[in-house]
Amino acid sequence: MPDPVITPALIKQHGLTPEEFERIRGILEREPNLTELGIFSVMWSEHCSYKNSRPLLKQFPTKSPKILVGAGEENAGIIDIGDGLAIAFKIESHNHPSAVEPFQGAATGVGGIIRDIFTMGARPVCAVNSLRFGPITTVDGSPAGPAVLKNRRLFTGVVAGIAHYGNCFGIPTIAGEVYFDASYEGNPLVNAFCLGVLRHEQIARGAAKGIGNPVFYVGPATGRDGLAGAAFASQDLTEESAEQQRGAVQVGDPFMEKLVMEACLELLATGAVAGIQDMGAAGLTCSTCETAARAGTGIEIDLAKVPQRAPNMTPYEIMLSESQERMLIIVHKGREEEVKRIFDKWDLPWAEIGFVTDTSRMVVKNHGVVVADIIARKLADEAPVYQREAREPAYLAAVRAFRLTGVPDTTDPAGNLNTLLAWPTIASKNWVYRQYDHMVRDGSVVCPGSDAAVIRIKADSLPTAADATAAVTEKYLALKVDCNAVYVYLDPYEGAKTVVAEVARNLACAGAVPLGSTDNLNYGNPHNPEIFWQLRESVRGLAEACRAFNAPVTGGNVSLYNQNPGGPIDPTPTVAMVGLVEKLEHVTTQWFKDAGDAIILLGEIADRQDPLLGLGGSAYLQRVHGLKTGSPPRCDLEREANLHLALRGLIHTGVVKSAHDCSDGGLAVALAECCISRPIARETPGLIGAVIDLSGYGDLRQDALLFGESQGRVVISVAPLHAAKVIAQAQALGVLASRLGTVGGSALQITTSAGKLEGDTRGLHDHWWHALARAMSGE
Amino acid sequence: MNFAVLQFPASNCDQDAVHVLRNVLGHSARLVWHKDTSLGGADAVIVPGGFSYGDYLRTGAIARFSPVMQAVQAFAAHGGLVLGICNGFQILCEAGLLPGALIRNRSLQFRCEHIFLRAPTPDSPFTNRIPAGQLLRVPIAHGEGCYFADDTTLGQLRAQNRILWQYVDAAGQPTDAANPNGSLDNIAGICNERRNVAGLMPHPERAAEGLLGSADGRLIFESLLHELTARAARPPAA
Repeated sequence: MPDPVITPALIKQHGLTPEEFERIRGILEREPNLTELGIFSVMWSEHCSYKNSRPLLKQFPTKSPKILVGAGEENAGIIDIGDGLAIAFKIESHNHPSAVEPFQGAATGVGGIIRDIFTMGARPVCAVNSLRFGPITTVDGSPAGPAVLKNRRLFTGVVAGIAHYGNCFGIPTIAGEVYFDASYEGNPLVNAFCLGVLRHEQIARGAAKGIGNPVFYVGPATGRDGLAGAAFASQDLTEESAEQQRGAVQVGDPFMEKLVMEACLELLATGAVAGIQDMGAAGLTCSTCETAARAGTGIEIDLAKVPQRAPNMTPYEIMLSESQERMLIIVHKGREEEVKRIFDKWDLPWAEIGFVTDTSRMVVKNHGVVVADIIARKLADEAPVYQREAREPAYLAAVRAFRLTGVPDTTDPAGNLNTLLAWPTIASKNWVYRQYDHMVRDGSVVCPGSDAAVIRIKADSLPTAADATAAVTEKYLALKVDCNAVYVYLDPYEGAKTVVAEVARNLACAGAVPLGSTDNLNYGNPHNPEIFWQLRESVRGLAEACRAFNAPVTGGNVSLYNQNPGGPIDPTPTVAMVGLVEKLEHVTTQWFKDAGDAIILLGEIADRQDPLLGLGGSAYLQRVHGLKTGSPPRCDLEREANLHLALRGLIHTGVVKSAHDCSDGGLAVALAECCISRPIARETPGLIGAVIDLSGYGDLRQDALLFGESQGRVVISVAPLHAAKVIAQAQALGVLASRLGTVGGSALQITTSAGKLEGDTRGLHDHWWHALARAMSGE
Repeated sequence: MNFAVLQFPASNCDQDAVHVLRNVLGHSARLVWHKDTSLGGADAVIVPGGFSYGDYLRTGAIARFSPVMQAVQAFAAHGGLVLGICNGFQILCEAGLLPGALIRNRSLQFRCEHIFLRAPTPDSPFTNRIPAGQLLRVPIAHGEGCYFADDTTLGQLRAQNRILWQYVDAAGQPTDAANPNGSLDNIAGICNERRNVAGLMPHPERAAEGLLGSADGRLIFESLLHELTARAARPPAA
C-alpha cells in the first residue's frame, strides 16, 4: 500500500497544528511519511509530552535527600525508606478509555500503572485508585433518568474492571476515594496508583545503554487495539470521538501481566538487563525513542520481527498500537540466552527486534526497508511547549460574594446527619472495596475504611535477588489519595492547598510521616483561558502545600481535555501521598475503641475568620441546600503542618487510641464515623456511641458548628486518665485542644446550645454503610 | 515439617502461604512449580489461592491438568495431607479430589471481607485444634465461591461429618445473612471421605498474625501440624 499524501486534513486528524507540523519538518529536514506523522502525533500529545503543563509543573518540589529517582527522570520516582529499601510509586489517569469502555478502560489503567512500577525493578505490592462519576442518585429520590443510569453503569463497569485486573494480578487495592458530581457526567475520572518495593541496588533504568546491545520485545503479540490511545486521551470527548475511538481502548489481560512481571523481575535479578521500559502510552514508539533519548544513543528495530496478532499490520499500526502487557528490554550482548530461558519458563513470547546504535536516531525498518528515521532525543524531549493564556473564570465573582445570610440555620440536625451519611460521596465505600481483593500479599495492616491504609513491607515484598540472604527489616507504609474538587473549583489556589493538607492530615492520623507524593492533574481543555487559569492556580497551591508538608512530588500525570459538550469537569488535582509509620504500635485507626475514653478535638472548632465558617463548598450546602458555591475553607499551611507534627507526637507517646480528621460533612459526620466505621466482619459492624457536649459554642450557627468543614481539625480519643495531659501537651505544641465528650453507649448524642442531636449507632451505620448498595440496586 | 506449596502461573497467594508456614509457624515450605512432577518428599501439600492460568476456562479447570497435579493425586491416594485454599479448593474440586463445585457468587460480584467461620467437627486433620464452639474470624476474597453439590453428595457430606467449615454470624449461627456467596448449607470448606484432602474458600493464611487483625487462621495450620506430628510419631504401617 503506497503511503498517502500528507494533507492539512490528515495533519489535523492527528491532532497536530500547522505550526507543529512545520516543527516536525524542521526536525526531519524533509517531509514526514505517514508512520512518522503518527509517531510525532502520539509523542507530542499532552499525555506523553505535557506540552501545555510543563512550565507549570516546574513549580513542584521534586527533591529531598530521600529521593533516589526524581520526577520526570524515569517511568516512576523512587524514594529511600531506609535499611537499603526503597519504594517506587506513581498515579496515572485512564479517563477517556473508561468513559468509552468502563470495564476495559479501568482495567488497563491498573495494568499500565503496575507496569510502570515493575519497569523500575520494583515488585508492585499495592494499588490505590481515585474515581469520579456523575451522580448515581436523584436529589429528590425520584426515579433515575438516563443520565443517572449511565453514571451507575460507568461506576459499575469501572469498579469491576479495577477489581478484575487487580484481583487476578494479585495486588491488594488498599485505598481509594470516590466522588460523585454532575461535572463528571460523561467525563468519569479513573486515576490509578501503584506502589512497588525494591532494594536500592535493584533500580532498573529505561535507557538503551551499550552500543550493539540487542533489543528484545517480550510479552503478547501486537494487535490493532489501542491505536493511538495517547492521542485520543488528549482531545475533548464527544459522542463522535468516543464512537470513532472505541478502537483506542485496549483490552487487558492481568494473567499475562502477572507472568510478564514475574519473568521481568527474574530476568532483572540475573544482571543481564541493560535497560527496560514498558510499552504503555504510544507503545513501541514511546519505549524505543525514550530509552534511546535517555541513554543518548540510537536504536534500530525491524517491525517484521515484532510478534503480530493480526495479519497485514502496517508499520503505522505496529508503532502506534497500545496492545497491553508488552515490554522492551535491552540486554547486555552475550546474555541473550538468559532472556530466552526465563521467558520460555513462563511460556511467554519474546523476540529480538533490534539493537542499540551510536547514531542518536530511532530507525524503524520493516523487512529491512526504513519506514521511520527520527533523532530520538528531538522526538522524546523537544515537543513544543505552550504557555497558554489564562483568565480568571467569570463564575468566581459570584462564588466570592456568597454569604450565608440567605441560608436559614438548620432545624433538623439529626435528619441532616442521616442525609449526609447516606450521600454517596460521604457514604461508606464498602460496595466498592469489597469487590477489590485488599488483603492479598499478607500485608494489609489497616484496610480500606480508615483515614489512610497501612501496609507492611516484608521480605517477600521485594523482587527476587541473586543474593537474597540479607534480612529485611519490616516497614509500615501509610497511603492515601484525595481531592475535594469542589473546593478547587471554588478557589483553585486555596482548594488545591487543602487537597494536599487533607491527604497529609490523613497520613498523620494513621501515625505516618510523609515521604512523597504523586499527583494526577485532571482538567478540561487548556485552550480555554479560564481552564488554564484553574490549572495554573491550583498547581501553585499544590506546589506550596507539598513543600509545607515535606512531601516532594516524584511524578504523576496530566490529563487535560476532560470535557464534553456538557462542559468541563471541576478541576481535579488528585494527590496520592505515601508516608512511613516508624513503628507498628504507632499505627492508628479512625474508630473509637473503648467506652469511657475521652474525645478530644485538636484544632479550632471553626475558622471564625471565615465569613462562611467552613460552609463554603461544603457537603452540607451542596446536599441540603443544593448550593455548590461560596469560598471554600481556608488552608493555613503553617498551622496545618504544626497540627500534624503535634498529632504524630501524641501518637508516639502511645496514648492516642483513635484519630480521625474532619473533612467532608464536618465535625458531626467525623464523630459519627468514629462511632460506626470499625469493621469486624460481614454483617457485624463494631458500633460504639459517644456523648458530645458542644453547648459552649453557642456563638456559632448550628449548621456551621456541626457540618462546617473548617480545615485543620482532628478528633482523637484517649483513655480518660490521659485526657488532661494530652490536652496540655497539645497546647504546649501550639495546637488548641478541647475535650468534646466521652465514648460510650449505643447512640451518638451531641448537645448544642440549640438542642440535642441524637442518632442510634445502628441507624447511623445503616444509612452510611448501605447507601451505595441501595443506590446501585435502584432502591 | 516440610510443606510443598504449589505454584501455578498466576497463583498469587503462594507467597502468603509460604510466609505463614515459614516465618509465622517456623516450618519449612517450598514452592513447587506446576511443571514439576515431584513434590520433593513433602509432608503436606498446600494448593494456594490465586487465578491459576487466569481462570479463563473455569476456575481451576486448567490447573488440574498440570504435571504437578498428577503428583498431588498420587500423594493424596497414599493418604498424604492436602489443603486447598480459595482457588486451591476450586482446583481440588476440578481435579476430583473433592466433590462438588464452586460457582459464581450469588451477588455476581467479587467479595473481599472478613467472615466468621465455625468448625462443626474437630474430627479431621484440619480442625482438630479448633476448640468446640470457637468462631474463627478469617477473610474471604473470591468471585466464585458458592459451594454447590447434588443432594446425594450433600447428604454424604452431612452424614459423614465432612463439612469442616461453615459461614456463621457473630452468634455462631449459619444464617443466610452470614453467607457471603450463596453456598449450600453455608459451606465454606469440606474434606474428602478419607479426610486427608480438604479445601476451603476463606484464607487462613491471611489471618495468622495479630497485626493483620486476626490470628484465628493459625488454628487450621496448627491442626495440620498436630496431625503431621502424630503421624510422624506413629510407627509406619506394615
